[in-house]
Amino acid sequence: MTETKQIVMPGDPIDSSLGKPRNGVYKCGDQQFCSSYFGIVQVSDQFIDVVPFSGPYYPRRGDKVIGKVIEVGPSMWTIDINSPYHTLMHMNDTPWRTNAGDIKKYLSPGDYIYAKVMTLNDIRESWVTLKDVGLRKLEGGHITSVSAPKVPRIIGKGGSMVNMIKDATGTRIVVGQNGLIWIDGEAENVMIAISAVKMVENEAHTTGLTDRMQKYLNEVKGEANGNSK
Amino acid sequence: MGTASDIKLIDEKGIRLDGRSLSELRPIKIETDVLERADGSAYIEWGGNKIMVAVYGPREAYPKHTQDIDKAVIKARYNMAAFSVDERKRPGPDRRSVEISKVISEALQCAIMVEQFPRAQIDVYIEVLQADAGTRIAGLTAASVAVAAAGIPMRDLVVGCTAGKVDGKIVLDLGKEEDNFGQADLPMGILAKSGKIVLMQMDGDLTTEEFDEATAMIYDAAKRINDIQREALAGKYRALAMERGGE
Repeated sequence: MTETKQIVMPGDPIDSSLGKPRNGVYKCGDQQFCSSYFGIVQVSDQFIDVVPFSGPYYPRRGDKVIGKVIEVGPSMWTIDINSPYHTLMHMNDTPWRTNAGDIKKYLSPGDYIYAKVMTLNDIRESWVTLKDVGLRKLEGGHITSVSAPKVPRIIGKGGSMVNMIKDATGTRIVVGQNGLIWIDGEAENVMIAISAVKMVENEAHTTGLTDRMQKYLNEVKGEANGNSK
Repeated sequence: MGTASDIKLIDEKGIRLDGRSLSELRPIKIETDVLERADGSAYIEWGGNKIMVAVYGPREAYPKHTQDIDKAVIKARYNMAAFSVDERKRPGPDRRSVEISKVISEALQCAIMVEQFPRAQIDVYIEVLQADAGTRIAGLTAASVAVAAAGIPMRDLVVGCTAGKVDGKIVLDLGKEEDNFGQADLPMGILAKSGKIVLMQMDGDLTTEEFDEATAMIYDAAKRINDIQREALAGKYRALAMERGGE
């Protein structure tokens, strides 16, 4: 993987000869493109993106996210998905046979769900659904969060990073595109997994992270077993 | 402008009270991510000014009647601590701080891509802990750094700077005595890359020539201030990348 990681500020010109400008870039002049974020430039095969170091999550159709139920209405739940706007879920978009008025027995305020963004509109209203494979209510476990732009790094190439943490700590992990992460397992293992996730978040802009992560996990695991290094 | 006094603010060699030359800035130091709870934050020390800025959002705008269906509203709040000036300042918003909050909100609105967040608000809290002339532009400079650190899309960084007329001469970045006993004060907010003006106020009188000279001085200083902003943002990421490989 050839990767150049250049730090840019809002308004910095982006060299569009390297690829087609895509996310985090705006047109600032006739043939010129500028960064709209404080972040790093990422050049892939044909596109050039600016990935911000932090920032809120913007829902996109098809994203699988973790959300918290904050309000129950007669036929809708209001869900907080860690984005500037709340989202809604209608009772017909769940796998349960619900009747209007008693949907509280399925999900009540404070519950977490793993859901998919179904629709979005121009004024950023959105709806999520639980009707797909793997989507469900998350029972038990712990919730931790990272900033949304770091999620691809947490998952790693083809899920390599998150699988490595799962295997090393023996926990079950669900990563939402919005930066919320659900971790279930033995309390100590969950703590290790959380610290590993935080480490990936802090060092997301560096290279060779997977190897360092492997080393880190081996070390903590050794200590947890009572063995010295 | 205060009452005229017989203090000599500039000596024969063109050196000012605090030992600066006419076109010299006071020392500026900016730090980012100083507050854990805020989405973005910055702390600036500009001469004797000490200002903390916290940014929250974008989040849904409340009360609901303040929402704009096309864009986000910027709610900046400039507030001076009771202990920030020599004589105790009566706490709470007064006419001056309401005005400054308004002009800073409008200046930031020009830089932030507000049209990406319909119905939302972005809160910018500017707390002046210690004041020493030029707090509005120091607050604005720090606020734009805090907004960038929060990961909010912007067209450009905003740089603030003042110039003014003291003892008949045009000087950059007025200090407290120069502000009180000088003849004019011109705070400006500029977009760093494009050079567009997003804030301009004037207290006192300047001739057209003096105004042009002051503006030129501010534009020149803006580059230096922008470098400090950029270093404040990128510094620690670059350091970590160097340490861990990458870059």
